[in-house]
Amino acid sequence: MTGDHQALALLLFSGFVAVTLGITTWVSRRRRGSAEEFYAGGRLFTPMENGFAIAGDYMSAASFLGISGLIALYGYDGLLYGVGFLVAWLVVLFLVAELVRNCGRFTLADVVAARMSERPVRIAAGTSSVVVSVLYLVAQMVGAGSLVALLLGRTSGAAQVWAVIGVGALMVIYVSLGGMRATTWIQIVKAVLLLGGTVVLTVLVLVRFHGDVDRLLLTAAERSGHGRAFLAPGLKYGGDWTARLDFISLGLALVLGTAGLPHILSRFYTVPTARAARRSVVWSIGLIGSFYLMTIVLGFGAAALVGPQAVRASNAAGNTAVPLLALDVGGGAGSTGGTVLFAVVAAVAFATILAVVAGITLASSASVAHDLYASLRRPRGGAPRGEVAVARWAAVGVGVVAIALGLLARDLNVAFLVGLAFAVAASANLPALLYSLFWRGFTTRGAVWAVYGGLVPAIGLVLLSPVVSGSPDSLFPGVDFQYFPLENPGVVSIPLGFLAGWLGTVTSDEVADEGRYAETEVRSLTGAGAA
Amino acid sequence: MTYEDPWYDALASGWGGLDGTGRPAVAVPPARGEPDAAGTRARDVYVEVQRSQAFQEVRGRYRRFVVPGTAAFLVWYVGYVVAATTAPGLMARPVAGAVNVAMVAGLGQFLTTFLLTWAYSRHARLRRDRAALDLRWDTQELARGAQGGAL
Repeated sequence: MTGDHQALALLLFSGFVAVTLGITTWVSRRRRGSAEEFYAGGRLFTPMENGFAIAGDYMSAASFLGISGLIALYGYDGLLYGVGFLVAWLVVLFLVAELVRNCGRFTLADVVAARMSERPVRIAAGTSSVVVSVLYLVAQMVGAGSLVALLLGRTSGAAQVWAVIGVGALMVIYVSLGGMRATTWIQIVKAVLLLGGTVVLTVLVLVRFHGDVDRLLLTAAERSGHGRAFLAPGLKYGGDWTARLDFISLGLALVLGTAGLPHILSRFYTVPTARAARRSVVWSIGLIGSFYLMTIVLGFGAAALVGPQAVRASNAAGNTAVPLLALDVGGGAGSTGGTVLFAVVAAVAFATILAVVAGITLASSASVAHDLYASLRRPRGGAPRGEVAVARWAAVGVGVVAIALGLLARDLNVAFLVGLAFAVAASANLPALLYSLFWRGFTTRGAVWAVYGGLVPAIGLVLLSPVVSGSPDSLFPGVDFQYFPLENPGVVSIPLGFLAGWLGTVTSDEVADEGRYAETEVRSLTGAGAA
Repeated sequence: MTYEDPWYDALASGWGGLDGTGRPAVAVPPARGEPDAAGTRARDVYVEVQRSQAFQEVRGRYRRFVVPGTAAFLVWYVGYVVAATTAPGLMARPVAGAVNVAMVAGLGQFLTTFLLTWAYSRHARLRRDRAALDLRWDTQELARGAQGGAL
């Protein structure tokens, strides 16, 4: 990779940063400082804008680079990720989006706490939201660090450290100055750039094969050295039964976790009605589905045109498959087309990380200020203006924590961290959310148990898993306290979360308040009194 | 009335929004209200609406679509993941050219997701939206009445 690529990539990326900082300044100039404005962008985005923003929040660099890289290396098994990430949106559309829009104001905890004795539930839901956000954030930061190092060709530790610090500082500026309105526009700009770049690459790959997908697949299979097995599942997850169960666990976490991700839930509050929330999800399903279909073409294209050997030589996890493919379809190394396309892909990948990170930071600062601070410090509530100031500082705090953890966790696998965040969201947030929306008899104790009953096992099982100890690749290879064989805890912790919520409810003395449930049900389905 | 009217969304966004002093405007009591008399009366309104024929109908239509729909796509997805991990032989069986069972199933997941999205949104638009909107205004009228018309 020559200096030309890097200079052009840096130039394009600086352009993106300049434009987004411009948006932030322009937005914050007119800000009114209300909670409605900071957390929900004034609730006046259109479904199309919000659909693009949701897609922008969801399509991380891990999917853009990670999934196509996995396909380039392992063929069909990489595709399983994309399917899980997409099908998850049906859970969101059917069970969550409209009802959450109608019942809550800013956060997940609003919905769960509405029926319950407020403080313990809000603290529980706020805590788990922050944990999920920080895990997801660390994954993105680690990704940013390795991406910079890979794409700019500087593999020194210093470049990674500065990339993580730079991304963290920028996201704090976006979020604490611009709030939800700036964050949303950044997501929209990024989604358009990412989809545009993906469309161009996909078309170029298909043109190379004269539109013959069959030949693309056969060439990929042949070049991979695995033959037809490359086009069927089993190359990555087909080992022993532990590996297979691990993948089923990951599949469950992916499909159930999306509906519990705080930064996705908070996006539904940026539109005026439940109907608009539904239409934004329909937009985002269309965009996300097309995006994953195109990453499949890019993945097999990279296998066919670049070859798994060359991909693996550049990055063992396959993360550089798409940039290498861009170089190839643009005309090869040294050509103008190749240089430009490579730079565009690199800049889009940076922009992606930056935007996703900003969205998560905003959601977690909302949880800290609106749920934790408001419950712990001022149980009687207070002026929203004070809460917004706390949220701005919380964004700084979350940024610092994420930078620190991102630097510590530099060597962890990004896909593993993302899978873990999804597993925690599915175990801790989803049971409490679904029970409080649909179960008449659900009580305060049930809600608190559902959150902690999913959160504690999910985190605990990871600590006891081979990721942390007991194998050569773990965080602490020297010690061995590995008692749980799977890397992803979902298959155990998600049922435990649901079970704990049920157990807490049936053992509590409290009788669920009919009137409050009636209120939740009527509000959730009609939108009466919605903020 | 058509739902594409811009005033519909704009008006709806005003409900329960912040008034000039930063307090929530009192359209309907907040969900976590204190157990005072007005709050209890407002909650009676919700119980009343919940028991009404019109609301039961909306809820029934929603559940009759969502419960079987969710069960169907979850079974189809879990079946796909389990088949991909436990029966690679079946999944590798060729169908046409380079396309095998696994490819058909994977693309089928994409296709069913798009189809269910379309079906859900059509069902909600035609069978639920109008009735839910009527209920929304009625409930808010009743709730305001229960609060002694305080605004």
